[in-house]
Amino acid sequence: MKVRQAEDASGVWGWRAVKLLTIAVYVFMFAPIIVTVILSFNASMFGGFPMTGLSLQWYGKLFQNEAVLRAFKTSIWIAILTAIVCTVIGVMAAMALTRYEFRGKQLMNTMVIMPALVPETILGVGLLLLMKWAHQPRSYLLLVLGHIMLALPFVVLVVQARLIGIKRVYEEAALSLGASRFSTFREVTLPLLMPAIVAAILLVFTISFDNITASLFWRPPGVETMPTQILAMLKISISPEINALGTLMILITVGLPLAGGLIGRILFGNRQ
Amino acid sequence: MQQTRFAWYLLAPALILLVILLVLPIIIMMIYTFYEFITAGVEQANYTAANWREFFTDSYYHLFLWKTARVAAITAIACALMGYVPAYFIWMTSFRHKWLLLLLLIVPFWISFTIRTFSWIHILGEQGAINVTLMSIGIIDSPIQMLYTEGAVIMGMIHFLLPYMILNVYVSLEGIDRDLLSAARTLGCTSAQAFREVTLPLSLPGLCAGLLLCFVLAAGSYVTPQILGGNRDALFGNLIYDTIMQQLNWPMGSTLSIVLFVLLGIVSAIYSRYMGLSTIFKGLSR
Repeated sequence: MKVRQAEDASGVWGWRAVKLLTIAVYVFMFAPIIVTVILSFNASMFGGFPMTGLSLQWYGKLFQNEAVLRAFKTSIWIAILTAIVCTVIGVMAAMALTRYEFRGKQLMNTMVIMPALVPETILGVGLLLLMKWAHQPRSYLLLVLGHIMLALPFVVLVVQARLIGIKRVYEEAALSLGASRFSTFREVTLPLLMPAIVAAILLVFTISFDNITASLFWRPPGVETMPTQILAMLKISISPEINALGTLMILITVGLPLAGGLIGRILFGNRQ
Repeated sequence: MQQTRFAWYLLAPALILLVILLVLPIIIMMIYTFYEFITAGVEQANYTAANWREFFTDSYYHLFLWKTARVAAITAIACALMGYVPAYFIWMTSFRHKWLLLLLLIVPFWISFTIRTFSWIHILGEQGAINVTLMSIGIIDSPIQMLYTEGAVIMGMIHFLLPYMILNVYVSLEGIDRDLLSAARTLGCTSAQAFREVTLPLSLPGLCAGLLLCFVLAAGSYVTPQILGGNRDALFGNLIYDTIMQQLNWPMGSTLSIVLFVLLGIVSAIYSRYMGLSTIFKGLSR
């Protein structure tokens, strides 16, 4: 049932104001990003306005920048590893937290969400302190494990939301027909869970690829990830190269999930 | 029971990870606050309260704490004011492509936080859109200093946190039975009254969840003041980073981290008593 808006004068004007403000907020959210994308095609040697002409030269420069390429590769590998391991661990935890009753469940629920609520600065210091205490150097392993911890809450929440929607009777039917717990999961739960798992993998990948604050603490000496590399470049100057880099990254991180969603829609039909 | 044991097997990897990477470090951190700082990178387990005394007596730290709380509060409130309206619009509109509006709220989560933050340089900077436009029209002669100020830091944080706020409020609004609104209207409320008496109170849980999330994330921020702020705009997170990574004063860095952890923990605890922690992320897990 739809509530009618236009019945009194204050309602009409109120609604117009709401509409205008909504547009303003959307402009606020996207204007800076769009400006960056436009400036990446600027021929000028400086990163800002005015536009002096269109050029792709900064993209070309980017592909010859060794440091950027190295940071990109580092970030991609860390993100892939994190996405795989974190999703497996997260799906297991989500199964336990939605399908079973046990003592301390509430506490576990809170604990799994914790890494998303504790400021990254504190998580960053904590893990460094642990390494110092254990006399271990900062390594790639630390970085990956740290990213897994950071992304875990989001996997659990995404998968949990989907698991609640999957009726338990399907699993119970399989179990009562003699399937083992594992084959029940593989044959019944997993296929139904697939959309959430794909979403979780993409989410973890972005969280890891995008992480900066904690990575500044955890990265091994001399190693840069993509975001820390951008920060290092920003400290020197706002070069047009950074705009080109930003645009490419937007293309990758927004384009991939959108393309994925679109392909999904075409393959599996339009389901709202 | 066997069922229970299996649940623990499933939880084991996550649990081990969290105990080693989250719980244990915080315990070590608490112990470290009582260590004595000798010189950069060197400390001794003398169990002194010197770090705590320094924290409680030196107004330098109190100023940082106060500034951080103020900036985080301004950010959270600005997010609430700017975020409620679009959430309300998306909920109320009869626009056919509502999904597009929702999708556009998710898109910022996919765009690198670093890029979103530095893109503000192009708006606020001396060569940024605002200054260049104003100068070319002739309203101002020389660029206005907007970048590297507290305002720029707040702007950057609002930009980053707004989608969290809108989604939280939207989820809360979605839970409202629209018949209540029609009932209020039939009983003689004006639309403004109906909003004030029905919609607003019922959407408060989402608004509060958003406020808390924005406050906590803003108070813990480190990178935004780095990119958009000047030297004077450093927040508590920057103080912690500098104490540890530059001065290598681990005992004091630990003390400051525990302070931030406890203060933000209290905020979250008060909230979760009334709302439940998981409401915060409902918006994100859709």
